[in-house]
Amino acid sequence: MTIITPFTPWASLAGGILIGLASVLLMRSLGRIMGATGILSGFLMPLSREDWAWRAALLAGMATAPVVMMIATGSMPAVQVPVSTAMLLVGGFLVGLGVFFGGGCTSGHGVCGMARLSPRSFVATLTFMIATGVTVFVVRHVVGG
Amino acid sequence: MSGLIRLITLYAIGLLFGIGIMLSGMANPAKVLNFFDVAGTWDPSLIFVMGGALITTLIGYRFVLPRSESAATPLFDKRFHLPTNRSIDAKLVGGATVFGIGWGLAGFCPGGALPALGTGVPAVYIFTAALIAGLLVARFLAHRPFMRQPSGRAA
Repeated sequence: MTIITPFTPWASLAGGILIGLASVLLMRSLGRIMGATGILSGFLMPLSREDWAWRAALLAGMATAPVVMMIATGSMPAVQVPVSTAMLLVGGFLVGLGVFFGGGCTSGHGVCGMARLSPRSFVATLTFMIATGVTVFVVRHVVGG
Repeated sequence: MSGLIRLITLYAIGLLFGIGIMLSGMANPAKVLNFFDVAGTWDPSLIFVMGGALITTLIGYRFVLPRSESAATPLFDKRFHLPTNRSIDAKLVGGATVFGIGWGLAGFCPGGALPALGTGVPAVYIFTAALIAGLLVARFLAHRPFMRQPSGRAA
């Protein structure tokens, strides 16, 4: 199943800038990378109570964003899922394995690591972008086509 | 008191990140998968997300990253916690590949899914539960003798 989505350059650019601002502010506040993987891992397996508390506050902020937007604009941002439950489960599991061993995801490597000009993050980002593109091509045009 | 200000600041940063993610379309698997489907229903929007986030962070980090070890400290911490692992190895490339395959199957990445939890859409919870399972299994595997080698926790 494929859902056609409209091209939204301005909303996407504005969203990207906010993601960037949040990353810069986290570095200024705590001296840390805004990587969703690292923040979640540390939340699930905290080193100390203090370490857990800031992660919980950050995650709470993230998860209340759709509600705040709903109150401000009157509509919930779209989450359209064109894949089966099995693909969500297998995909989610692989994402968890991959980001652990790869040391980060789109936010950690793709935004913060690349912004630090880290060669490791360039390699990781290029690798997962290619792997994602190939996977989508295979799912949609080889298996499903 | 300063502890409370710290938590409120972090909540606000999380909120900013979450609004950015929701507004950008990164939390919408249909949009994410269409970005990668160049041969089909291509939607190039995510170039603007990555571009906007990267340029903003690139510029902002120039002002907030320390120039030398002892130059400055963050507002709410005694030191910066920057990743020190610089190795480009099979673990990095293999992990990134597996992540990419998962992202291509599900359409959610961790940074997209966490803010989307607030929408209440069941698929986000299914994905996040599987993501957590994957993280825990990976951590278990990493602590087995055959995998044991010096490395930090996931950044």
